[in-house]
Amino acid sequence: MTTLIYDGTFEGLLTAVFEIYEHRLTHVHIQKGEWHNTVLFENAIKVVTENSRASRVMKGLKQKLSAQGLQRLYAAHMAEMEGEDDNLVGYIRYVFDSPQNIEEDYGNKYVMRLSEIVRMVRREKHRMEAFIRFQELKDQTFYSAIEPDFNVLPLLIKHFKSRYADQKWIIYDIRRSYGLYYDLHDTQYISLDFATVNPGNVISAYDDNEAVYQDLWRNYFVSINIPARKNPKLHLRHVPKRYWKHLTEKI
Amino acid sequence: MNVDRITEKLNILADAAKYDVSCASSGSKRQNKDKGLGNASNGICHTYTEDGRCVSLLKILFTNVCIYDCAYCVSRKTNDIKRAAFTVQEVVDLTINFYRRNYIEGLFLSSGIFKDADYTMERLVQVAKKLRLEHNYNGYIHLKSIPGASDELMREAGLYADRLSINLEMPTEEGLKLLAPEKNRQDMITPMNFLKDEIILRTEEKKLFKKAPIFAPAGQSTQVIIGATPETDQQILQMSDQFYKGFKLKRVYYSGYVPVLSDNRLPALNTAVPMVRENRLYQADWLMRFYHFNVNEIVNQDNPLLDLDIDPKLSWAIRNLQSFPIDINTADLRMILRVPGIGVQSAQKIVAARAFRKLNWEQLKKLGIAMNRARYFITCNSPQFERRDLTGTAIKQYILAESQSKYIKNSTVQLNLF
Repeated sequence: MTTLIYDGTFEGLLTAVFEIYEHRLTHVHIQKGEWHNTVLFENAIKVVTENSRASRVMKGLKQKLSAQGLQRLYAAHMAEMEGEDDNLVGYIRYVFDSPQNIEEDYGNKYVMRLSEIVRMVRREKHRMEAFIRFQELKDQTFYSAIEPDFNVLPLLIKHFKSRYADQKWIIYDIRRSYGLYYDLHDTQYISLDFATVNPGNVISAYDDNEAVYQDLWRNYFVSINIPARKNPKLHLRHVPKRYWKHLTEKI
Repeated sequence: MNVDRITEKLNILADAAKYDVSCASSGSKRQNKDKGLGNASNGICHTYTEDGRCVSLLKILFTNVCIYDCAYCVSRKTNDIKRAAFTVQEVVDLTINFYRRNYIEGLFLSSGIFKDADYTMERLVQVAKKLRLEHNYNGYIHLKSIPGASDELMREAGLYADRLSINLEMPTEEGLKLLAPEKNRQDMITPMNFLKDEIILRTEEKKLFKKAPIFAPAGQSTQVIIGATPETDQQILQMSDQFYKGFKLKRVYYSGYVPVLSDNRLPALNTAVPMVRENRLYQADWLMRFYHFNVNEIVNQDNPLLDLDIDPKLSWAIRNLQSFPIDINTADLRMILRVPGIGVQSAQKIVAARAFRKLNWEQLKKLGIAMNRARYFITCNSPQFERRDLTGTAIKQYILAESQSKYIKNSTVQLNLF
């Protein structure tokens, strides 16, 4: 068993695949991390991300996978799900070792696993599209904080940019400490230093009407409930508790 | 803005609108135009109420003042409740501000009928028109078509709304006569028919001229109340089938009657909402629309009522054991869709995956099929399969014994009522 340590980037993962084929490794374990923490492993290789190698692997993938298939692989890696890198490498190796396109070979464990990962990531992306609650700041920027289970912020750009084209907005992943800012023309990644922001200032930064609409929304949420049909189990399945703290109607 | 007054209106007019169960915000392809606000896409449920229903749209009545006296309706003329009415601008402001905060996919606007049909319909159209033309709002709009409104207004509504709907209210004409004697079914069918023809015409036009305006791109839907009158499931589903085919409806909604009023024509106030029956009707509806089932296979003279204990597909399979078991590795997609416990997505994955290799139980399970039901009806690449020659009743009992159905507790309560 050889352990490959890489930097966590997609290019890094592809470089690792390159090394696997170059050194004809069969039993491998891949993990993201800093080299100095992991030198204790026997038989470990440090993968130095190299764009030329990564792009050769990418070129191969493009020949073997559909554009959509490649997109799925990319999204699965970007989600940063714990302990899935071996499965992704297993998938890529299966792609290269098969003569035909294997995207729909669900009987294979790697193909099946990728399909499960993609389903989980898509669900989280969809939840964010549903559960994001913007709050209007004094400068008419709409701000929202999120804490998704997986790293899905980059997958949200298209939806929010085409929908809220005429308002400035920020979606901030407070778990991963980075956000998206749309300035009426384009989106860019940003990071905010909350340590220096006084919480009192944050509240006073809201637009005067913000509290009014939040109250109206909470009222609406209560009014449309039909108590005779109460079904807390179903409610919880659709709106799991971990999302409540950012949902205006559940605070 | 008078916040207290708006809040009160919102509470009254949302409360009055909540018995309309339509919540869909999908089926429209309206794009964001000239960097305006919003688009209508695949449908998103932004939250769920404590009764577990999806909240996708700001669903309100324009007013709950109504000249009619329908027995099943909270807003009926003789009901002593608080009345309120929005102004056009108030509805527009609420919609825009909720939308900008990502609370909703759009607006669902219905209304009690005040003065007459055209007067009411005109107000609804004004709201939609203002949103589209003055605010460049491209989010979803669902408008109620008011029975008896003129063709001209209906045509205008179609230009601004994504979906239009007229509620049939009762599954049969007799039911309607009993509970809403002032209304007649023909007044509902006429505008529905007008819109159907108009949608077909406009779609043809759009094919020829790309610039032609889109017209009610998410089509029409309707709703019937279940359990207020004594129709059988057969009558209800046959009505749906007829409306799906004849009027090209996108959806028929089934609304389990919630006893809100005491009236000797209606179930008593303490009657339970028929939630299980409602669920079974939706399952049957799905079988007709996505699983290629004919309505007569689901309900017929011998089986006029859906089984409350088990889903209608399982019920059908048990009545048709001669068609099973099927081999998952060779059967047609259409037949795989008929296996209890296999959904549309799993069926498609099975057909795609078996081109690479024959599938076994382990792989099928991973694909997400419900083995507790499916295993009685299929064989696969494994020497193990159900060999006993089980009767339908036995299969049903085994499945019920194993499953912790969310309905078992409910259904015993319901059965006790009869």
